[in-house]
Amino acid sequence: MSGAARSMQLLPNYLLLTIFLLIVLLPILGITLSAFKTDAEIVAGPFSLPSEWSLDAFKRAWTVGHFNQYFRSSTIVSTAVVIASTFLSILSGYAFGVMRFPLQRLVYFVMLIGFMVPFEAVVIPLYHIMNRFGLTDSYWALILPQIGQSISFGTLWMTSTFLSMPQELIDASALDGCNRWQSLWRVLFPISKPAVFTLVVLFFMWTWNEFLLALVMVQQESLRTLPVGLAFFQGRYTSDIPLMAAGSLIVAGPIILIYILFQRFFIKGLMGGAVKG
Amino acid sequence: MVFFYGLSKPTMNHRRSWPGESKFLGFVYLLPALVIYLVFILYPIFETFRLSFYDWKGFGSKPTLIYLQNYQEILQKGQFLSALSHNLVFIAFYSLLPILIGLILASLLGRRALPGMAFFRTGLFLPQILSMVVVGVVWRWIFNPAFGPLNMMLKSIGLTWLALPWLGDSTWALPSVGLIGSWVQYGFCMVLFLSGMQRIQPELYEAAELDGANEIQQFFFITLPGLRPELGVALITTVIAALRVFDLVYVTTRGGPGDATLVTSFLVYRSAFQQNRVGYAAAVATILTAIILVVSFLITRYQSKSEV
Repeated sequence: MSGAARSMQLLPNYLLLTIFLLIVLLPILGITLSAFKTDAEIVAGPFSLPSEWSLDAFKRAWTVGHFNQYFRSSTIVSTAVVIASTFLSILSGYAFGVMRFPLQRLVYFVMLIGFMVPFEAVVIPLYHIMNRFGLTDSYWALILPQIGQSISFGTLWMTSTFLSMPQELIDASALDGCNRWQSLWRVLFPISKPAVFTLVVLFFMWTWNEFLLALVMVQQESLRTLPVGLAFFQGRYTSDIPLMAAGSLIVAGPIILIYILFQRFFIKGLMGGAVKG
Repeated sequence: MVFFYGLSKPTMNHRRSWPGESKFLGFVYLLPALVIYLVFILYPIFETFRLSFYDWKGFGSKPTLIYLQNYQEILQKGQFLSALSHNLVFIAFYSLLPILIGLILASLLGRRALPGMAFFRTGLFLPQILSMVVVGVVWRWIFNPAFGPLNMMLKSIGLTWLALPWLGDSTWALPSVGLIGSWVQYGFCMVLFLSGMQRIQPELYEAAELDGANEIQQFFFITLPGLRPELGVALITTVIAALRVFDLVYVTTRGGPGDATLVTSFLVYRSAFQQNRVGYAAAVATILTAIILVVSFLITRYQSKSEV
């Protein structure tokens, strides 16, 4: 069969895929275009092009809408959570996957519970506990519980990563005179980098998008994260579409950028154990 | 973030301790993670369970032990059951519809590798990474009765009578929010099943065709069993998303109009933080958690049967 004939045969397949792809992309395209339009141009239809690509809505969202503050909060919280959770997950995954200690399986099972249980089951007492220690309305109230939930998944992820490494490799590092700490960082960590990076990407996405915890724990506006800021913002400016669109893009922008750069890791992480059983 | 394929992972018994090493060294590595986890996740879970047996108005008031009265109210008054029934409707939109779309597409397209699939995969997966608040804002704009693209389009093709106030209509609000969930999930299911199809050996289909099996028989006897691991992941991810849905409802309808889109997690939030019925909220949260755990367990069991 010639190449052209083969392509013709595949054409219906591509057509079908394209339709489903457009259903996903058109709403995102529409909101992106809206962010650059004036109020009058909005009425002309979702996919009309703006006469001039105005950044006015972004400027208004950033300053008047306080998205500069929300952006700072989200960056601080996400950075802290990602660094701490990744480091602690590597350590606990190393303990479960490479070492032996008493009660190992019981503790492992207990740590998995946090990964299955939704934040709704945690947030009510957590709020009152944090309040008692004066930690509500602080970044700590957003960072610490998020680390707690992240390391539950991270422990699972890193344990299975380290479990897949051959015992001979670990033994060889002992013969070379490494202690456990050196064996982890000099031998196992370098070959686990793709798995660790997947974890980093997932932690970042979950923390950046987290809503319920940030909604409950923080009342002070300057501490709000981007999703909560956007939710309140929409309550006030429902009919100012360019402003809402710009706000949405500020929230989604960093995630989309990282997704485009590292999509392999996102997809691998989110599809989990399905593809490689 | 809900697939917990790790439960059935192999034991850790093939590891050896090093000579002269304390058998408690593992705890040293584990300790910092364990402490944070115990204090900020596990202890609050127990507290939620304990609070569910109390009547508590929150700050400044004393909790009173009322045993099972919160649970009694949950079962006797319609509010919780109506919220839970809305979650069940969401399962149809979050789970069944996307899985159906994914399966149909996978069986139509999946038998041969398509060049350029990576491009489609990137796009189809996109809603998965977006904040649900952003998704809600985008769709509120689309559904807006006055200037939203959906109604503008309907009016321009003469279907003015169909240009409803989607999210503000007590009949249409629930399916409208549900459709947003379908939009988020179907690409994920498609990508998942299409990649699963690559694992099924083409010889199986060829043999089936020789035996005179038609397309539908091939679907039920080859495709469906072959995709079992992917089906497990798709089910667990989407069903739990439907049971937990909060952000999207908060942004699009706040449970309204009336209680038309009230879902369980929103009932938890509203009772605990707006109506100061902390004990009742804790009881609802406990039941929601129990449901999620049971559902996860059942789906994982279904899935692990295929991975012997």
